[in-house]
Amino acid sequence: MQVNLKIWRQSGPDSPGAFHNYEVPNASPDMSFLELMDVLNEDLQTKGEEPIAFDHDCREGICGSCAMMINGRAHGPETGTTTCQLHMRKFADGAHITVEPWRAGAFPVIRDLCVDRSAFDRIIESGGYITAPTGTAPDANLILVPKEVADSAMDAAACIGCGACVAACPNSAAQLFTAAKLSHLNLLPQGQPERYKRTVSMVNEMERWFGSCTNHGECSAACPKEISLDFIAMMNRDYVKAQFKQRRFASQT
Amino acid sequence: MSQINLDSKIPSGPIEDKWTNHKFDVKLVNPSNRRKFSIVVVGSGLAGASAAASLGEMGYHVQMLTYHDSPRRAHSIAAQGGINGAKNYRNDGDSVHRLFYDTIKGGDYRSREANVHRLAEVSVNIIDQCVAQGVPFAREYGGLLDNRSFGGAQVSRTFYARGQTGQQLLLGAYQALSHQIHLGNVELFHRTEMLDLVTHEGRAVGVVARNLITGAVQSFSGHAVVLATGGYGNVFYLSTNAMNSNASATWRAHRKGALFANPCFTQIHPTCIPAGDEFQSKLTLMSESLRNDGRIWVPTEFGDERSAASIPESERDYYLERRYPAFGNLVPRDVASRASKREVDSGRGVGPLKNGVYLDFAASIDRLGEETVKERYGNLFQMYERITGEDPYKTPMRIYPAVHYTMGGLWVDYNLMSNVPGLYVLGEANFSDHGANRLGASALMQGLSDGYFVLPATIGDYLAPQLGNSALGTDEPVFVEAQSQVQERVKSLLAIKGSRSVDWFHRELGKIVWDNCGMARSKEGLEKALVEIPTLRQEFYNDVNIMGHEETINQSLEKAGRVADFLEFGELMCRDALDREESCGGHFRVEHQTEEGEALRDDDQFAHVSAYEYTGDTAQPVLHTEKLEFESVAVAQRSYK
Ligand SMILES: Cc1cc2nc3c(=O)[nH]c(=O)nc-3n(C[C@H](O)[C@H](O)[C@H](O)COP(=O)(O)OP(=O)(O)OC[C@H]3O[C@@H](n4cnc5c(N)ncnc54)[C@H](O)[C@@H]3O)c2cc1C
Ligand code: FES
Repeated sequence: MQVNLKIWRQSGPDSPGAFHNYEVPNASPDMSFLELMDVLNEDLQTKGEEPIAFDHDCREGICGSCAMMINGRAHGPETGTTTCQLHMRKFADGAHITVEPWRAGAFPVIRDLCVDRSAFDRIIESGGYITAPTGTAPDANLILVPKEVADSAMDAAACIGCGACVAACPNSAAQLFTAAKLSHLNLLPQGQPERYKRTVSMVNEMERWFGSCTNHGECSAACPKEISLDFIAMMNRDYVKAQFKQRRFASQT
Repeated sequence: MSQINLDSKIPSGPIEDKWTNHKFDVKLVNPSNRRKFSIVVVGSGLAGASAAASLGEMGYHVQMLTYHDSPRRAHSIAAQGGINGAKNYRNDGDSVHRLFYDTIKGGDYRSREANVHRLAEVSVNIIDQCVAQGVPFAREYGGLLDNRSFGGAQVSRTFYARGQTGQQLLLGAYQALSHQIHLGNVELFHRTEMLDLVTHEGRAVGVVARNLITGAVQSFSGHAVVLATGGYGNVFYLSTNAMNSNASATWRAHRKGALFANPCFTQIHPTCIPAGDEFQSKLTLMSESLRNDGRIWVPTEFGDERSAASIPESERDYYLERRYPAFGNLVPRDVASRASKREVDSGRGVGPLKNGVYLDFAASIDRLGEETVKERYGNLFQMYERITGEDPYKTPMRIYPAVHYTMGGLWVDYNLMSNVPGLYVLGEANFSDHGANRLGASALMQGLSDGYFVLPATIGDYLAPQLGNSALGTDEPVFVEAQSQVQERVKSLLAIKGSRSVDWFHRELGKIVWDNCGMARSKEGLEKALVEIPTLRQEFYNDVNIMGHEETINQSLEKAGRVADFLEFGELMCRDALDREESCGGHFRVEHQTEEGEALRDDDQFAHVSAYEYTGDTAQPVLHTEKLEFESVAVAQRSYK
């Protein structure tokens, strides 16, 4: 199959960028979108042009490295799918495809399709953990976690930190990312002691970098792991509670 | 040069007491002195992240380097199936001793007893630690932890978080690491790639790295250096490893004196999606856990063109169940892989390219219902569907073996220190625990054992005597010189301006090593590879074309350095495979097999670790051997029948 690509090129963080048009005449429906990019890059290099920089690593939808806006949608047309898992059979022969980096103030472009997502790391550093220094743990089966709770915590913990939620949000908000981590930890019994402190720290850190949520729901629709909006509700509830909860009495529900 | 004494430093005493006694015998650094020591950790996978977090918690000052944009993206994130722990929560006869025994046997008697026993002991603490951190392992309705089975074991000791166990364990370690970053005990340098090890008076004193955004070459100095940089599976080009996984950190350390052990011990995983076309950039694993509920078969007829559904039960050969009734579909990986290769080579392969075998869930879906199967393996089924466009709930998966894991790595002693004092090697990057074949769900266990429990206990022994010495300044001549060598190398790669892409060379190398040093190896093939690899390497230095420049993100340049190192490493791997005139675990020399086609070991000649010393000429490495002593396990021909 043949495809026509319009791709954002930008040589550095401070350089102006622009769209460039490319054609891949020999694509195969069985190749992944990133393999299409590989073919294009080989071709560019043969012609003496610089290849297009893009982040990727696992190519199986789990590391969260790949990040492309494809025809205006984070990770492209298929729901619940990362760019690396998207296959060309989802496009028509002769398709015109626009490829851009994530667009968000907190994710500055560093080159072509690569952006800096360190702001996500800052949010986790501010409180996205359970303090359990190595060696201090009791026997694993002393902590009972109802299956349903473990399953919901896992649903939230499935977030791969790719940033599609931020890229899809008209306000560049990071509510879904932050809520996913908070819900994972706040749902579990092990996470209770730091629950309210964690919520306040992470939400405050999030607000330093990202826009505010106005309930569009685009984040969840774009999420390759289909993380639910319910977790945002859970985060908001904990944040409100944290404001008036006497932390000294937090164990009294 | 060869004044190297391979002292494994295995403590004396009964195997059950070695680790406990050793922890008491090693020197310690007292808590208030720890912040005077600076440790450079390279790699943020399970091994590196758990080590950095634990060392930070203890009070050491840690500098953590990773080429990823965030520590959370390390290759460990992709591990699917699970992690072993000898908890015996199933009451099915498991114990530390049984996990120890299974691992030694699974490794085909080519690993160190003392290390493996320690690994089995520590496995129970790992599960506790991870649960305390909030890793959402699968649970039963009563709230207790659930388990599944993995290959090479007859007990259920594998803990899992859906098909995303590696992700959840890595996030646990990453979160603990993030906490330490927040507290200032760990400094993070992301998108920073180590390009050389720096030694001074024979000791490791730091590394030189390139900032992948700006291209700046910088030095990092410490009292000790820890490499947790993963395996070298990508020497084969196509593998299940992440695209960026590479061997440069360990290879560069090797060139600076660290011995490389058992490079020919590579693992081919039996259940991966077969390769499609020439555009294929990597292979995708379908977790071993699927062999709990999936049955492997091929048509009895050669060249059967019918679809799976139209082949009746009586015309299917469940060859693993037939040949290995005791372990059935759960034989170890090397055995399962070779069996699939045999079927495909004999002309009973399935799929459009006839390059796969079936992994069939129909019986389990009948027995358990689609919902249960979905709950267990949903994300794997989805992954399969995305790639192949086929629905595994309806038609059986097609699978074939692929390169997956590397047991070889830098040689380390019981303390996980290489022969270069001050250089520690953790996780897949070292050689220590899996012998010639790793059992499923044991890499995660080893990475976390090394990082959470072993290194923090052993590193004090090296550091304590250095109290009062400050780390070498990065303006010292050794650093300045190493830095300029790295810059020189970067420039010379860019200056070649030939006609072929880096990927082209990588693919060619991959073909050579897969054909000659893959699932079946022969003297003839290996000798051929040893001619072809140096020729290809020469061509690389004459004809590689790297576009762009060095002061920016330049992914071809990054890759060029890695492929250049693979072109040297691949040669050593083949040389080791040629030297090891026996078959064991994943190393199968066609000249050495039993009548049934199983691996035939030669314990008289080869019950040793082969550790190579770099001499400046890749064709002339010096081989050192460490004899393996088996005191607690009787060495036997492996049988899974
Ligand atoms: C698809 C797949 C599934 C698997 N499933 C399982 C499973 O179910 N159970 C199991 O036990 N094992 C499994 N394994 C194996 C296991 O995942 C790995 O062996 C293990 O995660 C390796 O961890 P590590 O910490 O040693 O290295 P890695 O996770 O590979 O981390 C390496 C780190 O080093 C850094 N690095 C490397 N070189 C440099 C450099 N030069 N400069 C700076 N940084 C560098 C990288 O950035 C990265 O952070 C699986 C492997 C694969 C491929
Ligand atoms: S490359 Fe890892 S999620 Fe796409």
